[in-house]
Amino acid sequence: MGIAVNNVKKRFGDFVALDDVSIEVPDGALTALLGPSGSGKSTLLRVIAGLEQPDEGSVLISDVDATGLPPQMRGVGFVFQHYAAFKHMTVWNNVAFGLKIRKRQKGEIHKRVQQLLELVHLDGFADRYPAQLSGGQRQRMALARALAVEPEVLLLDEPFGALDARVRKDLRLWLRRLHDEVHVTTIFVTHDQEEAMDISDQIVVMNDGKVEQVGGPRDLYEHPENEFVMSFIGPVNRLGDEFIRPHDFELMLEPNGSTQEAMIDRIVHLGFEVRVEFALPSGQQAWAQVTRERAEELELQEKQIVYVRPARSRVFEGQETEQPAALDSDALSNP
Amino acid sequence: MARLTLRTLALGYLGLLLAGPVGIVFYRTFENGFGPAWDAVTTPDAVHAFWLTILMVVVSVPINTAFGILCALVLVRQEFRGKTLLNAAIDLPFAVSPVVIGLALILVYGQDGWFGWLSEHGIQVIFSVPGMILATIFVSLPFVVREVVPVLREIGDEQEQAASTLGANWWQTFWRVTLPAIRWGVGYGVVLATARALGEFGAVSVVSGKIQGQTETMTLFVEQRFQQFDLTGAYAASVVLALMAILTLLVMNIFGGREVKGR
Repeated sequence: MGIAVNNVKKRFGDFVALDDVSIEVPDGALTALLGPSGSGKSTLLRVIAGLEQPDEGSVLISDVDATGLPPQMRGVGFVFQHYAAFKHMTVWNNVAFGLKIRKRQKGEIHKRVQQLLELVHLDGFADRYPAQLSGGQRQRMALARALAVEPEVLLLDEPFGALDARVRKDLRLWLRRLHDEVHVTTIFVTHDQEEAMDISDQIVVMNDGKVEQVGGPRDLYEHPENEFVMSFIGPVNRLGDEFIRPHDFELMLEPNGSTQEAMIDRIVHLGFEVRVEFALPSGQQAWAQVTRERAEELELQEKQIVYVRPARSRVFEGQETEQPAALDSDALSNP
Repeated sequence: MARLTLRTLALGYLGLLLAGPVGIVFYRTFENGFGPAWDAVTTPDAVHAFWLTILMVVVSVPINTAFGILCALVLVRQEFRGKTLLNAAIDLPFAVSPVVIGLALILVYGQDGWFGWLSEHGIQVIFSVPGMILATIFVSLPFVVREVVPVLREIGDEQEQAASTLGANWWQTFWRVTLPAIRWGVGYGVVLATARALGEFGAVSVVSGKIQGQTETMTLFVEQRFQQFDLTGAYAASVVLALMAILTLLVMNIFGGREVKGR
């Protein structure tokens, strides 16, 4: 077992950041901690790193109880959202930092730093200072710095959060490939479900200091255990007790027994996908995701009356709901 | 046009209030040539005052630098009761007049003070060099703290956390990461503390007893010469003080300039 977190609790004053959290991360896997801000995901990562002390519970790294160990003794590499680059040091010295602290031989340090800089494609930048690098380059440097000391565990706290959309996408695929090369047990924190689904083997969905569900990306999408997971992993419409994915709506021009009448409010063309926002006679609003071909075939127009039917929907029983019964307000802003 | 007016205003203000008076002191000093000025600052009393001033700086600045960095770290990185009080106490030397500080030191270390018994053991604090050093440390205490605190806040503690996950202990983290990151604040604080220590008059004047050739620093020497109508001596000593201050700034700038190229 790579990492095991058992019944960890952590409070900051009155705020409960972690409420009896237990997770297991298999050796060599890439795991995402996914949740909205304030869900406790970053705190959990910092507890694993030893940067925060849990009030209760224990942390095991490679089957050794690390709960009382300081960060220095845990064999973890940590990558911060805002890089935490040593600004007064060159890229080379940043990467060499952990090796120098460990008093490795000069030749060995030189070889290892060179290797890592090649691995993160920064070999031409050894003499630059962090201020002379782009955000993406800085984060790759921070990654090389964390990997230099050959950690048993690599922890990344929203590593791509400060980067622009394009660089984010490149860098996360690159991280996945890097992970496949070096096979170090990795946990990364993100609030972006697409990012989590894109590269991780396992996703831990967190909310309000608790673990909502753990599973593979597809598993979470297909079999969410509760409405939080369903609405956080991918877009969702809510009609009464039913949760419906936008691509599970069927649109027709003629009614059949199971359809409802709907008026199209707005049509948004997003390339291959077309978003059709509509209102039901009850006043409830929802949106459907259809292919461009389907939209053209139906010759959809705004203000047009169509007939909709959910091909698949989901009802979670025994769940207290805090959201208004009409429609999940996030659904429209979360295509 | 507006920019030009602003610039004229700023330069005019500086010229009238700073450059003018200092310029006149320089002019008056060398009015009768270099010889008399040189003679005035090479008398045994003047030379003694010069070295005593250097001693004040050499002792007080390192103490205040070390204490100042420590204090700033405690203020920024730790939470505890009484933090506000400590924060306010550090500014005390700014708020209290140096003369009052001098009197307070006499009350504490004088013959009837709490530590009056020290003199019975042969340790003379008041009217002697130790008292003057205490006074200098007191008045120049806040500078390093006040310069370092905002820099520490700005850099945050992520770099320190990164260092700790990379295996660095407290001292290694401080020495290799924190100190280089705050060096600008420290440097500026040191310059200000040095300038203050060089120029301190009030507090030192009260505790020194102004004994010629024994407890006279440069500033006290200037006053003494002035009161004895030795204007050349007073001006010449002032110029020496001014040059010492300028040298401090220059050293800092050269040091700073090298760092900038390294960045």
